[in-house]
Amino acid sequence: MSPKEQKAKVKQVLEKHRHDKSRLVDVLQDIQAAIGYLTKDALQQASQGLDVPLSRVYSVATFFKAFSLTPRGRHVINVCMGTACHVRGSDKVLESIEKKLKIKRGSTTKDLKFTLETVNCVGACALGPMVIIGEDYHGEMTPEGIVPVLEQYK
Amino acid sequence: MAKLKSVGELDALRKTITGKKDPKKTVITVCNGTGCQAFGSKNILAAFQEAIKKQKLESKVAVKPIGCPGFCERGTLVTIKPKDIFYQRVRPKDVPEILTETIGKGNIVERLLYTDRATNQKVTDESDVPFYKRQMRLIIGNNGLIDPTVIEDYLAVGGYAALAKALKMTPEKIIDEVKKSGLRGRGGAGFPTGNKWESTRKARGKIKYVICNADEGDPGAFMDRSLVEGNPHSVLEGMIIGAYAIGSHEGYIYIRNEYPLAVRNMTIALEQAKAHGLLGRNILGSGFNFNVQIKRGGGAFVCGESTALMASLEGKVGEPRAKYIHTSEQGLWGRPSNLNNVETWANVPLIINKGAAWYSKIGTKNSKGTKIFALVGNIVNTGLVEVPMGTTLREIVYDIGGGIPKGRKFKAVQTGGPSGGMIPESLLDLPVDFDELTKAGSMMGSGGMIVMDEKTCMVDMARYYTTFLEGESCGKCLPCREGLRQMRYILDGITEGRGKKGDIELLEELSAMMVDASLCQLGQSAPNPVMSSIRHFRDEYEAHIKDKKCPAGVCKMGRSK
Repeated sequence: MSPKEQKAKVKQVLEKHRHDKSRLVDVLQDIQAAIGYLTKDALQQASQGLDVPLSRVYSVATFFKAFSLTPRGRHVINVCMGTACHVRGSDKVLESIEKKLKIKRGSTTKDLKFTLETVNCVGACALGPMVIIGEDYHGEMTPEGIVPVLEQYK
Repeated sequence: MAKLKSVGELDALRKTITGKKDPKKTVITVCNGTGCQAFGSKNILAAFQEAIKKQKLESKVAVKPIGCPGFCERGTLVTIKPKDIFYQRVRPKDVPEILTETIGKGNIVERLLYTDRATNQKVTDESDVPFYKRQMRLIIGNNGLIDPTVIEDYLAVGGYAALAKALKMTPEKIIDEVKKSGLRGRGGAGFPTGNKWESTRKARGKIKYVICNADEGDPGAFMDRSLVEGNPHSVLEGMIIGAYAIGSHEGYIYIRNEYPLAVRNMTIALEQAKAHGLLGRNILGSGFNFNVQIKRGGGAFVCGESTALMASLEGKVGEPRAKYIHTSEQGLWGRPSNLNNVETWANVPLIINKGAAWYSKIGTKNSKGTKIFALVGNIVNTGLVEVPMGTTLREIVYDIGGGIPKGRKFKAVQTGGPSGGMIPESLLDLPVDFDELTKAGSMMGSGGMIVMDEKTCMVDMARYYTTFLEGESCGKCLPCREGLRQMRYILDGITEGRGKKGDIELLEELSAMMVDASLCQLGQSAPNPVMSSIRHFRDEYEAHIKDKKCPAGVCKMGRSK
């Protein structure tokens, strides 16, 4: 997406929320959904469009876990680290993914294919350990079982 | 849909809906909650729909996606009504067989029935499954009967009758009824709901807000998710009644970003309620106006705290403030605001419909009604369990939960989410209510209940919760920010074989400091896992420190980081 297209998308989001500064969190969420992550330009545009100091936009963007200031992979992997998944061994599943993709949690592969994140419970505790890739839920994962699952994604 | 202009029109619509329903028509319900969707329930729904179309059975059989009935362990759940044949662990490949055998010939597919572990008998009828049988499903029970995206389904089970009744009562009478019912906040603190409403009603100011807290951040808890996903109108109805009683015309529902299905279903519910004249201007011709907006969270545990949630609603960083002035006087935008949890709101229609006298008969002396728990961890039947207050932990873990899998021994149950405490076997006969759990060094919290077996290391669990809370501490006040970090350093050391004499005492000292000095409930309750595990499992700490051994075999002692 070119910077010009990004700008137009951000403009759309701001208009959808009627430039209402109380909707800052929702605005950032929609920007991220539209252009993939929160670019410096997008944050500045949001700051001007909502008439909120850039420092506050930045503090909100870095406070909430849902936001990313760096480009994200085509597939976002969320490993559930909730308690139910933890007692069923989710940390070992995470380790296995880190080893397979050669990245640490919170980072993205060089080819921008995968971003590896952790999440604190998605509420599907009966199926733990739970790994969510994009919108697909993969339950009852094991360190071995996750490898063929990752290979399904192109 | 034309807007309903009076209670009479609502009653007439309800009659039309129930009159149209053919009680003999076969309805196949398929659980479509997040848990069952993860098992592939969408494919099952599609397979049923396609097969019914192909075999031209539309006039005889209907398929209905429902919200989460709670028995997540056995998903995907399929029930065939009106006979109530209960099939579990259904996969798309089972669909043709169900249609030809059960629907076509009236035969039962034995393989898909639930087996009662105690008697080794197959159970056909949903209500005979021990997991359900011992529960009291007043709040969550309707999840299994209605399609959450169809308002007619909610009306058919008596939905919005409580609102109609409430609009004929005075606000004072409603508050009085809620007070008499003994309802206490289900979000964790257990504050009496009626009193909260009263102080918001009495607070000075023309503009007041009601807020629904659906920011269910406790890992291992999903009752609120299931209610918002599976029966959004019941939560909304409670909010409208509350707003009328308080004198508020604007409401917010703050839903966790991690629950996309809950956001979707609640958005649909709001549109339907508006179209029916149950929300918006002049509700049911009463002259009362009320509007509700949904706001999505950003993934921060601390936003479950009321003042942090309100800051986030204002578009600010979700940091809490000291509560010298209650939010019922100065909350959102500095105006009187009444915040209740999802489950609390869902209890309101029930109280108005059945009356405080009826409601207050359920439960214990100071904790009334039922409570929904998310029973998870090392347990046979993972799922949502609704029981009257005062049910013992043993009944929940063994009779309903089916005990510990793989023949292992029970070690502890953790209630109250990450900042709750761990309860050992010796206290299993504890009746679960707000006060008893607090006495045992834990708390009710929002209702997460995590069962741990003998292979779980309690020091590792304390470290896990402390690490979680360290990450979620907003950093505004020092006792919480630094206290948690220092506790985690010590716990890392102990679990890696670097524990030293005096560590336990230091943990206790830090805990006491945090309880006294932290700004909000997050920091004040954060030491609970550490304190309760030291209190009940001190020997495990000592084994790690003195003998450099992890009795459960979880911690890799001597591993350096």
